[in-house]
Amino acid sequence: MPKLTIDGIAIEVEPGSTVLQACEQLEIEIPRFCYHEKLSIAGNCRMCLVEVSPGPQKPQASCALPVADGMVVKTDSPMVRKARRGVMELLLINHPLDCPICDQGGECDLQDQAMAYGGNSSRYHEEKRAVADKYLGPLIKSHMTRCIHCTRCIRFMTEIAGVHELGAVFRGEHMEITTYVGKALESELSGNLVDLCPVGALTSRPYAFTARPWELRTTESVDILDALGSAIRIDSRGAQVMRILPRMNEDINEEWISDKTRHACDGLLIRRLDTPYVRHDGKLQPVTWREALTAVAKRLKTLKPEQIAAIAGDLADCESMIALKDLMGSLGVVNIDCRQDGAALDTAVPAAYRFNTTIAGVDLADVILLIGTDPRREAAVLNARLRKRWLTGHVEIATIGTPVDLTYPAQSLGDGPAVLIELIEERHPFSQKLKMAKRPMLILGQGALARSDGMAVLGLVRRLAETANMIQEGWNGFNILHTAAARVGGLMLGFVPGQGGHGVTAILDQASRGTISFLYLLNADEVNLSTLDRTFVVYQGHHGDAGAKRADVILPGAAYTEKNALYVNTEGRVQNTKLAVFPPGHAREDWKIVRALSERMGRPLPYDTHADVRARLVAVDAAFATVGVTPAPAAWGVFGEATSFTESLPLRTCHENFYRTDPISRASSKMAECAEVQAELESIKKSIKKGHHLGQEREDD
Amino acid sequence: MAFLDRTARTLLLIELLQGMALTWRYMFKKKVTINYPFEKGPLSPRFRGEHALRRYMNGEERCIACKLCEAICPSQAITIEAMPRADGSRRTTRYDIDMTKCIYCGYCQEACPVDAIVEGQNFEFAAENREELMYDKEKLLENGDRWEAALATCIRLDAPYR
Repeated sequence: MPKLTIDGIAIEVEPGSTVLQACEQLEIEIPRFCYHEKLSIAGNCRMCLVEVSPGPQKPQASCALPVADGMVVKTDSPMVRKARRGVMELLLINHPLDCPICDQGGECDLQDQAMAYGGNSSRYHEEKRAVADKYLGPLIKSHMTRCIHCTRCIRFMTEIAGVHELGAVFRGEHMEITTYVGKALESELSGNLVDLCPVGALTSRPYAFTARPWELRTTESVDILDALGSAIRIDSRGAQVMRILPRMNEDINEEWISDKTRHACDGLLIRRLDTPYVRHDGKLQPVTWREALTAVAKRLKTLKPEQIAAIAGDLADCESMIALKDLMGSLGVVNIDCRQDGAALDTAVPAAYRFNTTIAGVDLADVILLIGTDPRREAAVLNARLRKRWLTGHVEIATIGTPVDLTYPAQSLGDGPAVLIELIEERHPFSQKLKMAKRPMLILGQGALARSDGMAVLGLVRRLAETANMIQEGWNGFNILHTAAARVGGLMLGFVPGQGGHGVTAILDQASRGTISFLYLLNADEVNLSTLDRTFVVYQGHHGDAGAKRADVILPGAAYTEKNALYVNTEGRVQNTKLAVFPPGHAREDWKIVRALSERMGRPLPYDTHADVRARLVAVDAAFATVGVTPAPAAWGVFGEATSFTESLPLRTCHENFYRTDPISRASSKMAECAEVQAELESIKKSIKKGHHLGQEREDD
Repeated sequence: MAFLDRTARTLLLIELLQGMALTWRYMFKKKVTINYPFEKGPLSPRFRGEHALRRYMNGEERCIACKLCEAICPSQAITIEAMPRADGSRRTTRYDIDMTKCIYCGYCQEACPVDAIVEGQNFEFAAENREELMYDKEKLLENGDRWEAALATCIRLDAPYR
């Protein structure tokens, strides 16, 4: 390990690390623009200059200089200070002085570093450079005159997002960052460019001009729009969530979040349920809480347990699910289910519904098999992790299911469940690769399970995991990738049909026939309610989406930015969302609504405070006591059906549209815009595939 | 002796005459009071009176919604909301000053990078109720239009000292 001296302090660092990293270990601040931990080293901003001896008598870029034994580094010598001031002056030559109208103002690296390391005046009196702004899609606003050519955006798009759409043209002062053809960036991670840009060249379009960083109140929370539970920071002003930014969490999202996580927050203001409603004469009328709860309680009292059913949706938190489960349990209701897409998830052992390898564990895998899943759309940040794994090399990635467009090459092994049997019986050419692998893993999507023979598919995949040596001491390569933040929590709490109870499909079927006459929807919007003419539907949730439209009673709940609640991500990691703003109007925290309903029915649930509910959760599953930590490995067991599949249909992926998957993103106008642009790009791609690209069409006209 | 002296001064009305003399002297001196509101005293160009939002010569409002005045206001009297205007430029949709909160410190005009918000020479804006003292953008721009000549003069006069 090389030993070097920085500012008179001796330090020993890992071989291969750079001088800048060594300085960071000593907590010595080195200014930088182009260097970013997660990206490759470019060394083109020259801001990180330090004085190094032995070596040439000139400052050197510390970000690109590997450490060597016996190096003596000075980070604050007169030479270094003069060099930094020079670089700063050079960078500011062409940078416009428009900080007051720039959205980056107040959180700008260039602003901060100019204050700390720059001079106090400019000697440049010639004309400044001006660059035309580029169109980068509905989420990113560009102001290219401000660009200082650090190329972080290009490196992010190429390396992390895996979309080779951003590049630079021309040289020196004339260099421009561009998409070449002026089209929207086709990436689910494009919003991260705004965070990466050290100046105001790339800013967020939805957030444009609305707030300044010093006005915002920051709350550290977790995302629930996919099942990863990415760490986020909610910036709010007054009663409004202004923006959502990523927070560092190396185990899940590193420091990226998907565009949906980031930009769906405008949906939190639109179409909100802020007061209880009861349907009178076919019309929903606003009522008081007392009237709404009485209406529900009255109806429930007249019914037999087998006539009642409850479904928990994708955004339900654990507190409300356990409260509803306990309430239904006290009534003797067994028709409860949290798998609203009908996915055949087995609760026999926790390993059967979890992402056992853990998201960070993907970095260690050497064969990755994607079954009926499209990680790019279902969990965009996980897809970035898979791409990172692919970039490191020595990995085979293969897919089974309908073709998907990923950001790394993946071999398609076929689309039907028949391939699974071939792999189990080692008749498939890919079996050899599975056999050679030391740490193989598979990712099973919800699309592959949400079919009538889902249990059989699950059983086949379990057998494949066992025969392909994916279950080893200290390594579990069987992974379920969920799409809903509520799912694992619901399964852990046993929000599934009890003895003789019905699952979602059967509940809906019975309800349409009239056998079930009361349906409680807890945040459930993705179920088909069109046939339920005779059912009394209670909807508890925060948005006026499909569920509220059909409901006979609406109980307004809180969205994830408005409550302290527990969610369990696809790995089984228990995480806490935090209250950033208060729920609108008369809306209340979800578990309190269920608790109030239980009291109205004369069967009060045995918990009065949030702490009591948490204690109840811990009593059901001890994992709820440890919030935010990587879950302990789950024991392996037998699950799924041992029968063969009955449908030879391809294993399709879920999520037709990445931008519109839940009530929040469906209410968001920004997500609607993104979906529109996406559809446009798809149609262009299709026409190119057909050979009718634009030029030819014009000739035809 | 002191007794005689004091008694003589009292009997001869010396103090009274001295006071009358002072009164007579001031009767012929120049008056220091002015006949407000018909007459007004001189004001410094730096006088901090009623606020106004200024426009450019072409009628475009100066304010660019940078929110520096809002940030610096020690009494938090300013409230700003902004959005991109139809032409894409950064403009306020709301610019409110609570004149009952304002302490007339002048920090807002110091912070303003475009000389949009200024405190003018007008100090006669007393109102009969509080509502009238909640100024909105419309009112402030109207003030700007009304006082532009005086405001521009003040800024010009003060410019050499900035």
